[in-house]
Amino acid sequence: MLSDSLAKEFEAIVGKENVFTSEADRQNYAYDSCVWTPRIPGGVVRPTNTEQLGPIINLCYKEGLPMTVRGAGTNLSGGTIPDTTDTIVILTTALNRILEINEEDLYAIVEPGVITAPMAAKIASKGLFYPPDPGSMSVSTIGGNVAENSGGLRGLKYGTTKDYVMGMEVYANTGDLVRCGSRCVKCATGYAISPLLVGSEGTLAVTSQVTLKLVPPPKASKAMMALFPDMQSASKAVAAIISAHVVPCTLEFLDHATINYVEDYVKIGLPRDAGAMLLVEVDGHPAQVEDDAVVVEKVLKDCGSTEVVVAKDAAQKKNIWEARRVAIPALARAKPTFMMEDVTVPRSKIPAMIAGLEKIAKDRNVTIATFGHAGDGNLHPGILCDKRDKQEWARVELAVDDLFNLGLELKGTLSGEHGIGLAKKQWLEQETSRGSIMFSRRLRNAFDPKGLFNPEKIVGARG
Amino acid sequence: MDGGRLSIRHWGWSMNDLTRLANSLMALDDKLVSCMKCGFCQAFCPVFDETGEEGDVTRGKIALVENLAHLVIQDPEAVYERLSRCLLCGGCNFSCPAGAPTMEIFLEARAIVVSYLGLSPIKKAIFRTLLPNPRLFSTLMKLSSPFQGLFIKKDNSPQNTACVPMFKAFIGERHIPMLSKKTLSAKVGTRDTPAGKSGLKVAFFPGCMGDKIYTDMAEACLKVFEHHGVGVYMPDNQACCGIPALTSGDLKSFGKLSAYNLDLFAQGKFDYIVTPCSSCTATIKEHWQNAEDLTSAQRAFARTLGEKAMDINAFLVDVLKVTPPEGAGQGKIKVTYHESCHLMKSLRVSKQPKDIIKMNKDYQLVPMKEADHCCGCGGTFTLTQPELSAKIGQRKRDNIVASGAEVVAMGCPACMMQISDMLARNHDSVKVKHTIEIYADSLS
Repeated sequence: MLSDSLAKEFEAIVGKENVFTSEADRQNYAYDSCVWTPRIPGGVVRPTNTEQLGPIINLCYKEGLPMTVRGAGTNLSGGTIPDTTDTIVILTTALNRILEINEEDLYAIVEPGVITAPMAAKIASKGLFYPPDPGSMSVSTIGGNVAENSGGLRGLKYGTTKDYVMGMEVYANTGDLVRCGSRCVKCATGYAISPLLVGSEGTLAVTSQVTLKLVPPPKASKAMMALFPDMQSASKAVAAIISAHVVPCTLEFLDHATINYVEDYVKIGLPRDAGAMLLVEVDGHPAQVEDDAVVVEKVLKDCGSTEVVVAKDAAQKKNIWEARRVAIPALARAKPTFMMEDVTVPRSKIPAMIAGLEKIAKDRNVTIATFGHAGDGNLHPGILCDKRDKQEWARVELAVDDLFNLGLELKGTLSGEHGIGLAKKQWLEQETSRGSIMFSRRLRNAFDPKGLFNPEKIVGARG
Repeated sequence: MDGGRLSIRHWGWSMNDLTRLANSLMALDDKLVSCMKCGFCQAFCPVFDETGEEGDVTRGKIALVENLAHLVIQDPEAVYERLSRCLLCGGCNFSCPAGAPTMEIFLEARAIVVSYLGLSPIKKAIFRTLLPNPRLFSTLMKLSSPFQGLFIKKDNSPQNTACVPMFKAFIGERHIPMLSKKTLSAKVGTRDTPAGKSGLKVAFFPGCMGDKIYTDMAEACLKVFEHHGVGVYMPDNQACCGIPALTSGDLKSFGKLSAYNLDLFAQGKFDYIVTPCSSCTATIKEHWQNAEDLTSAQRAFARTLGEKAMDINAFLVDVLKVTPPEGAGQGKIKVTYHESCHLMKSLRVSKQPKDIIKMNKDYQLVPMKEADHCCGCGGTFTLTQPELSAKIGQRKRDNIVASGAEVVAMGCPACMMQISDMLARNHDSVKVKHTIEIYADSLS
């Protein structure tokens, strides 16, 4: 726990009301949304303006205190769980100003604690579009989205957070302000530092400002739902849609198990024997949308869909999306513990991955239901269990190991959008190489020689 | 509040006591574990909205209760303090992706922790002496009503509130509603009229505020029943529904109040029990049947009564089929509607009150931004957390004023009190009305 004298030094920077040291307060920043052992930090500091970040970092660096920067704490890989009982949690929730939305040059400049969905809504009210839509966007912060390179449903056509970061301002280990990138579409000035910072999970610097690219919104969209007897034919349809040169803005799937959990929960008449469901939405110019929808409908039918529904209006579109919208609530209600992974494989490997997951569930005697972003191969295998049942939990841990091994065998990647954090560290070398780990550590060492920025995350700072 | 908190040593607590407390909390384990820590409640919590502190949002509170149950934290007062910083608005319960029963968790955890820490003396006096004693409560009110002019200063606000300089230390800058000269029960007495043309008879539960403060509103309800030929059973010695005791964790008093009211209503014959207060409706519907120390007959009756409990707006629209005419709601007086938490999030009543407003052709319903954001009252929350309550209330007030309405309507007297206070503090001219008052005004 933070000593009284150190607490006073932090109070001198951010004010007494923004330093939290009580047992209860510290316990509230010991966890995030990841199913992982919490660790109670030494103290919590909440800056109210970005200029306070430099002095906070200086003080931590002088005292050798590890730092974990936290926004909404919705991380799914343990990225915001403190590493040591000395850790200072730097809370960004009060750094929540939208500094500019520029309608002429199509960018927005925001502080790291700005919440994604309200920001996107404000941008939309000005007739512009910020596409990344991570599942937690109603509460997640931009700082967190950037640190994790968050994705979302629109990844296939619109990309992920990394594709929208034009520039950043961050504070370095020395407490200095570092400016990188620009508000210009083109920028060849110096090292491209912000792309390196995106997805660095708080291990390189502390973000104080982000310049985000905005785009004009699509003028029209059309949603379709298709049922398939098996995952194989659904996956064929996904490949065929892309081969037909249509890039849907969202292309989601639910597997057999998920369909049944959804039906248990909302009873909307989904066929219990369906092997897979695809949800496709195309957007763009109205004429293009009409053309694309015709192509997609034909492809879905040609690939053996047993039922295709095309939404005729907004109400029908909402109905079509209902199954996907309630997928997480349905799975989360089924058992006390719901663990959601984000292993990602090349699109063509989805059927093999789903078949493999079914085998793992059977072999390890655990329950797995999978849904996800079929268009970009980003799967969300959900493991349904009760972490209080020690025997079941041991089987779950084995199943998770199998699941990552399988994903890597299929030339996939450990994480499509949740990051490595603490939870996926142990498989990282398997995906990359010993050299990659050492290279990453040397890189990290250049940014943070004392290893105090979220030290245990990704590759660890030492070893 | 912090200054009055005593550390565990001062309470003379032993590890033994703590272990017993932890064991009691383990009864909640199945409910606690259903929170998957996704943190989505941050989007729905009015308290978190103001403070941004994890300990103020549902996930944070549940984590602390869990930690207390596992003795990770050994400071029950700190946990109780966090638990009391909650409006029990039900926003998280309504929206939780994992379906965690957050309201049940909060009510049960408060009760368990209070049973170890003890109830504050003032709450004890009110819950255990005043509320279960309708005659005493009414007598006190009767005595104080004529004298209220002596110590409270009517502020001549359009909300008909008053400030109380003498009690500033206790109620702060609050503008409180004027007490009615005569309570509803004193004015009307016991009423027992047969079903009229509707063929229906209701038990009417005006609630404490309908009886003692918003008496005109309660009378408007009676007028509406009469207009629709609905018979009324209204005994004049009803006790408080018990929600202040329940939310403060005083299950003993809540049990007594529930049993008293159950015995009272068991004497009448009626098709529905109707209230103009969404908190009372929710309590009768969901909580009386779970009150402690009920006889099996009382509990069985409480279940039947729960099924018959209805908000008055829902009763009028869903049962009596009151329907606004085509193109209604184009009158001159602009009115905006506040979605009370218990009405919308517990009872899921939202369309019906707006239909009831539209029944008066003089009014025009205009939208309010964040209409479903809590007003900040939260029952005893407004007394224990006055600053937070006022901050949340100010946001509601700003949205009401921005709507451009002359009248703000709602279906909950507690919200009426809070919103009147906030408008009076800002010297606004917006009037506060219950939806039923607007409808009753249109009936000759």
